[in-house]
Amino acid sequence: MRIDSRERFDAAVSEALAGREGHKTEILVCCGTGCLANGSQKVAEAFAQEVEKRGLEAGVGLFTKKTGCHGFCEKGPLVVLQPSGVLYTKVEPRHVPDILDKTVAKGELIPRLLYKDPTTKKPVERYAEVPFYKNQTRIAMRNIGKIDPADLGDALAHGAYAGLAKALFGMTPEQVIAEVESSGLRGRGGAGFVTARKWKAARKAQGERKFLLCNGDEGDPGAFKDRSIMEGDPHSVLEGMVIGAYAVSAHEGYIYVRDEYPLAVVHLTLAMEQARQAGLLGRDILGTGFDFDICVSRGGGAFVCGESSALMRSLEGKTGEPRQKYVHATERGLFDCPTVLNNVETWADVGAIIQNGGAWFAAMGTERSKGTKAFSLVGKVKNTGLIELPMGTTLRHIIYDIGGGILGDRPFKAVQTGGPSGGCLPESHLDDPVDYEKLTEAGSMMGSGGMIVMDDRTCMVDVARYFLRFLVEESCGKCVPCREGLKQMLAIYDDLVAGRGRPGDIERIERLSAGMQLGSLCELGKSAPNPVLSTLRYFREEYLAHIEQKACPAGICRDLTAYEIVESCEGCGVCLKACPAEAIAGEKKALHVIHQGKCISCGACYEVCPTDAIRFFPKAELAPAAAASRGGAS
Amino acid sequence: MIEQSCAPMPPLEEILERYPREEASLIQVLQDVHRAYNYLPCDVLAKVSESLGVPLAKVFSVSTFYKAFSLTPQGKVIIRVCTGTACHIRGATQLIDEARRLLEIAPGETTPDMGFTLKTVNCVGACAMAPVLIVGEKVHGNTKPAKVAKALGVEERHHAH
Ligand SMILES: Cc1cc2nc3c(=O)[nH]c(=O)nc-3n(C[C@H](O)[C@H](O)[C@H](O)COP(=O)(O)O)c2cc1C
Ligand code: FES
Repeated sequence: MRIDSRERFDAAVSEALAGREGHKTEILVCCGTGCLANGSQKVAEAFAQEVEKRGLEAGVGLFTKKTGCHGFCEKGPLVVLQPSGVLYTKVEPRHVPDILDKTVAKGELIPRLLYKDPTTKKPVERYAEVPFYKNQTRIAMRNIGKIDPADLGDALAHGAYAGLAKALFGMTPEQVIAEVESSGLRGRGGAGFVTARKWKAARKAQGERKFLLCNGDEGDPGAFKDRSIMEGDPHSVLEGMVIGAYAVSAHEGYIYVRDEYPLAVVHLTLAMEQARQAGLLGRDILGTGFDFDICVSRGGGAFVCGESSALMRSLEGKTGEPRQKYVHATERGLFDCPTVLNNVETWADVGAIIQNGGAWFAAMGTERSKGTKAFSLVGKVKNTGLIELPMGTTLRHIIYDIGGGILGDRPFKAVQTGGPSGGCLPESHLDDPVDYEKLTEAGSMMGSGGMIVMDDRTCMVDVARYFLRFLVEESCGKCVPCREGLKQMLAIYDDLVAGRGRPGDIERIERLSAGMQLGSLCELGKSAPNPVLSTLRYFREEYLAHIEQKACPAGICRDLTAYEIVESCEGCGVCLKACPAEAIAGEKKALHVIHQGKCISCGACYEVCPTDAIRFFPKAELAPAAAASRGGAS
Repeated sequence: MIEQSCAPMPPLEEILERYPREEASLIQVLQDVHRAYNYLPCDVLAKVSESLGVPLAKVFSVSTFYKAFSLTPQGKVIIRVCTGTACHIRGATQLIDEARRLLEIAPGETTPDMGFTLKTVNCVGACAMAPVLIVGEKVHGNTKPAKVAKALGVEERHHAH
């Protein structure tokens, strides 16, 4: 049915809701990237087969649904039963009959599939009670994990396109912009530009054609919230874009999706087809005479193409080289026409803002950062996954209450946000609220949502070098400060980690950084020194250890680190199997020994040792130690 | 929810039919060509240049700018080790070492029998399961170096105890 009036829209929603009334129990199987890798596809199939075999769908109204990412990837495959809200983790196909017989039929819980709170060690029965979820507020991700992204009816039943209907049937474009302005929404792609301001400029701009773009390039390594939104609830992105197009009066749009996200392309394309058929996209949207259509464009795998002007060049079929910013994209962007570009999450917020009002959104957050923000919480933290929280939440709350603390209860060292343009914040900043200005002041930035937690086994010099290597590869090469500055800086870091650091290196790094910040053409080069400068600011002593003592305190830089096995070794042989260099020898139940000549200092043994019997120390001390261990072995 | 299609890609003529013959289509055409041929063969690039009216030099520049494209034939199975930040701090370097050792090739190279190409990738969006190794389409999460051989389907290495 094509929706061409307010009545028909309401009817479509009622129909979608009625269709769901037969579903007494819904089994939601997470089929996000993480759970798929853990085998959730097989779990979903097993449910579908069992339900069919037993005739449960017609009988007790049982319905299996494959959803997008629930966010708690660590514990996948995840299965949620609705309406009871029971959450089962690490479900395998062999558990399926039990779940149907016990939980669905009799309401009995299966204790070993329940999530166990790592602090209290008690099983948690309901999805909403798990600390990981309990502390979240989901707006951009409101329907992810609840709906089947391949089913428009399901989305409608969960409130999708209600904001669009409200805008098109009852608001002028100016009113839409005013509502977004009152929400205080700022870009979720990194810089935090005020969304309404961009839209206003584009609305005013003169031009026959205007474009509206969605940035789904998500280049920051360690970030995957845009992926989950596009895969798990593509309709929220489409809805936001149509509203935005109406507000700025654009008729053509593109979604630029990262090359590594094939499933996002599939789901977006399908959602677009369904939306077009329903009259929610394309010609004469909702019968109001407004036209707007979208193309999905796959990126070519270049980080710089996330930058707005490079993204536009890429859409034009060119190499993704940024332009200087003296003309704004809102005046001359894609094909030199007025263009609005927003991040996936920004678009996903728009529908909810129109539906609930700007004031509702602005009631959350801090003075200048409103609403909620999605993050991928990853690295050395117990609960890794996707989260969304009100702005202003402290880093400590995120890492310890939601993330459950550091993996293996090791000491916290730093948290990295903002990807290659961001920085590493130490313990002393854990009570900082998540807020655009606060993060920038601290030397990092909001970025597009990666939050990578690091423990004491992370070397900050290595982390800075990691980002430099990333950027050397990804710099487009157009401007000299970025292209050459990065290379020179990396050369210094290569020396630092190899024990060739010299006094004065820190000053050289700082000088190069200043040059790049001043002279680079685009934000890639201008922000490239951030990981470097933030680690220098907070972890200077670690740099000094590399330069002066030729030591890596975290034991990560291989050229500076040696390993040895100490007396508490029980001879279990786990390290011997884990060693890729075959450098460990020892009889079962007897003290093992590392052959220093063969050891490549990878640390694989250290990671696996169950009795903490492996110790690392600066390689510079090796000479006497090696002699001793050789003496002991023979 | 639907699965990705793995239908065989039609050859060049059919690919060109899908898009308007203009410069803006170039990257999309190259993407499809790359999927169909497993790399960007020179003669195909020449035809793409002719048919879209884009100078061959520009086609070449785009082909070399984007990481998604390779100008040399790729192995049957592409192995990608994620070197994104989350994977890096959870041991991606060790995975690369192990894959290098097992396949005897460096990242970016292909085994002489054209069986495997080893690549690195900056995050595949499965960071919660870091470190991640992708063999063909299959994502292996929380991979330890000792599990690499099995994931690649190559012979386990032997250990003398
Ligand atoms: C090097 C570089 C990479 C970027 N990568 C992304 C990205 O992957 N995703 C994104 O949304 N914005 C990215 N941005 C920011 C965009 O240029 C742009 O500000 C943003 O997409 C605008 O949308 P927003 O206002 O909704 O955030 C990047 C910027 C730079 C300089
Ligand atoms: S960092 Fe490896 S998947 Fe994201």
